[in-house]
Amino acid sequence: MFASILAAGLAAGAIYALVGITYNTMYSTSRVMSFTAGQLGMLGGVFGSYFILKLGLPIIVGFLATLVCCAIIGFITEIVAVRPVLKSLDQHLYVLSTLALALMIQQVTAIEWGTEPRPFPKLVGWGEGVWDEKFWIPVVACALTIIGLEFLYRRTLVGRAFVAVAEDNFAAQALGLPERGLRVASYMLAAVVGGIAGFSGGELLLAFFANGALLNFYGFVPVALGGLGNNRGAVIGGLILGLFQQAANFLVGGIFASVAVFTLFIVVLLAAPQGLFGSAVARRV
Amino acid sequence: MSTHAAANSTQPSAPAQYQPARSQLLWLVAAVVIAVGLPYVSNDYWVSIGTRAAIYWVLISGLNLVVGFAGQLAIGYVALLTIGAYTTSVLTAGKIFDPISVWLALPVAAVMGAIFGVIVGLPALRLRTFYFAMTTLGFATIVTQIALAWQSVTGGGIGIPGPEMPAPFDDNLGFYYLCLALAAACTWLTANIARSRFGSGLVAVRDAEVAAEACGISKSSLLIPVFILAGALAAFSGGLFAGLQTYVTPDAFTFELSLLFFISILIGGRGSIYGPMIGTIILVILPEIAAPLAAWSTFLYAFLLLVIVLAMPGGIAVLLDFNNRRPLAKHRTIAPQTAMLADLNPHNRSHNSSLELTGIVLTFGSVRAIDGVTLSVKPGKIHGLIGPNGSGKTTTLNVISGYYSPNQGTMTFGQTALPAGRPHLRASRGIARTFQTPRIVGEISVLENVMIGGATKGKASFLEALLAMPKEKVERNALKQRALALLAVVGLGSLAHVRTDRLQHSELRFIEIARALMIAPDFLMLDEPAAGLSGDEINKLGVLIQAISACGTGVLLVEHHVDLIFAICDDVTVLNLGKILAAGTPDEIRAHKEVVNAYLGG
Repeated sequence: MFASILAAGLAAGAIYALVGITYNTMYSTSRVMSFTAGQLGMLGGVFGSYFILKLGLPIIVGFLATLVCCAIIGFITEIVAVRPVLKSLDQHLYVLSTLALALMIQQVTAIEWGTEPRPFPKLVGWGEGVWDEKFWIPVVACALTIIGLEFLYRRTLVGRAFVAVAEDNFAAQALGLPERGLRVASYMLAAVVGGIAGFSGGELLLAFFANGALLNFYGFVPVALGGLGNNRGAVIGGLILGLFQQAANFLVGGIFASVAVFTLFIVVLLAAPQGLFGSAVARRV
Repeated sequence: MSTHAAANSTQPSAPAQYQPARSQLLWLVAAVVIAVGLPYVSNDYWVSIGTRAAIYWVLISGLNLVVGFAGQLAIGYVALLTIGAYTTSVLTAGKIFDPISVWLALPVAAVMGAIFGVIVGLPALRLRTFYFAMTTLGFATIVTQIALAWQSVTGGGIGIPGPEMPAPFDDNLGFYYLCLALAAACTWLTANIARSRFGSGLVAVRDAEVAAEACGISKSSLLIPVFILAGALAAFSGGLFAGLQTYVTPDAFTFELSLLFFISILIGGRGSIYGPMIGTIILVILPEIAAPLAAWSTFLYAFLLLVIVLAMPGGIAVLLDFNNRRPLAKHRTIAPQTAMLADLNPHNRSHNSSLELTGIVLTFGSVRAIDGVTLSVKPGKIHGLIGPNGSGKTTTLNVISGYYSPNQGTMTFGQTALPAGRPHLRASRGIARTFQTPRIVGEISVLENVMIGGATKGKASFLEALLAMPKEKVERNALKQRALALLAVVGLGSLAHVRTDRLQHSELRFIEIARALMIAPDFLMLDEPAAGLSGDEINKLGVLIQAISACGTGVLLVEHHVDLIFAICDDVTVLNLGKILAAGTPDEIRAHKEVVNAYLGG
């Protein structure tokens, strides 16, 4: 049982962590938390199943097509739901505009794809039992994504520009960085990460329209645990959440597991509002 | 506002053409006639739609205080509806205890709703908006999961029978009138709260949180009763909602319902009662008219939400606000009437309350923003605080106001120490302030903005306000009279009923002063009150400040207009890089060599 908890917990945790990174990547350049993060996770699974099972494309082509489609959704998010409300960030209109877009994505998926969960193709075919690929693929995908992002942020010019905009938007603009272009790019990058989350977790979560709302919440918990904009915190928080949830699932059963997760979430928010790994921000008066 | 406004500006009271009450009354009568008459002009189908609208309004009226007034984005309120529906059904069906009557089950449901309303609301007291939105969303997901999984009680996917209403409410018509009466009662209750100091306090916390704290408004003691009320109404509405169904199943509580509740309020407009009511009716009828689009209703709601957010954030309420479409007079002058101030701020300085700062040090990281500041402001004196940008003037005010806790040093006011870092406790000590950029609620009237300053004078409880008890009314009237008089004192009497975001910058500065005077402060801090004022207005401001201090109030004035400082101050302190460069009388400062070099210029 311990091995099953570990396998299922790490797999779920890796998916939550990736959605958490999706939130963070969008937040870093725009200070906006977008409800589309979870929907992108859902779309990763749906697009994957559509391209590979329904259209019969080779796995690698289906994977790339999925990421391209997600990137387009990220692009649309920035144009439609984020850019128009950036001027009045303090009114929190982005909560509503991104929620509206997320619901539209979910509803279109429900109508065009159906409201029943559909299967997701086997990708590799290695391993069984607790070593089944549905458990290890998300973990590997999460690790590779983090390595990729670290490389991007530390070694490439574009990545450093991202960091500069995230650090100080105005200073970055003063240096002549194309802030708007970088923001659009970061939304597309975030969407790709969300797509990877859904694609790698496809065998675990299936291609199901209602995953969006679920991932919205379970992907946000790591962000709250790890601190806003902190990717390392999100990974640690995601894995903790996954293990905690699966342990509760095995020990006390389904309903109480979700109650336990929700309680953990509220308690952490109240005890450490800035997250377990974040630092308190001085108040501006 | 007519073209006589400029002439009227010397009149203490508002022009008579403002009668917001009459048009509202007309709307009310029309609404009641339509609602009561509905069964006589239509069929059962429309009566059941009317019933649904009334039940939703019971929930939305409470949620309106949370979303429309407090500005908290509670998007998952369907969860509380679910809790209420299941509580009522389970109790009347006798799934856990012996079956009980609906009249008992509904209040129990309301209590459950109140409890969960507060639990879900807790994060809103401390955290950013998005966290609260997420919490309510997560809660909604979990409640549905529990309803599905807890089969022994909820019946799982099959569900349980809804409660049967006793006669005469067991047929369509009887149930309709019951729900209608309850909806009317909820309108009255929530409108009472909206009108009371709790309503304006919520709006102040929403749009000008820092200023609300300085006025002594505590966010959590305002929000908790509102969450209790909204939760109770939501669950009560859930009980009625269950009465509408033969079988209560988790499918009935879709997220789409939550959206309907939420969008009704946004369409209606923030800070309004009638707007959201109209919004509710529109959204309940909309799917009936657009039946072929039923499958797309969530999409439509979401699209509507996006359009509202991007195109008309003010909602229906702004469209109906005819009074505030009349143009204001172009060349208004501010004409303070300081003679009246002495009556409003009577000399009552038995407690000799002077403010003393000793050796205050405040660091941000390695920066010493304030480095050993010592100063003393005596009652009835005007103390100027000047210095270059970044010298720590406003930061000093923020330390006194309690927004920042100093690392070293002591603050005393009167005989006792001022606790560091407790901004909402300042007003009750008789300390008031204004802000460098005016912090004013744009969407309410000038009068209401000024009344917010008297928040600490309010003693009526939330319950008394909810039931519109005489105590609350008397209190409110007294505040209103005082606010009107103070508006006349600062010279804005003719603008009392105008929505504040229509005013010009200099007028906002005088509104802030009127708001600060509501508590008849013993000590008043003014943060660059002359910034953006014309020369003539600065002179009037100077006279006003002198009149305030003549009533015995100690004034600490931060300003860059040194002419004003030297004209009206009794003492002046000059700051540079967080340290005191010089202190003394205006004449001494004017002659001080270093001050001239660092700040005044030769």
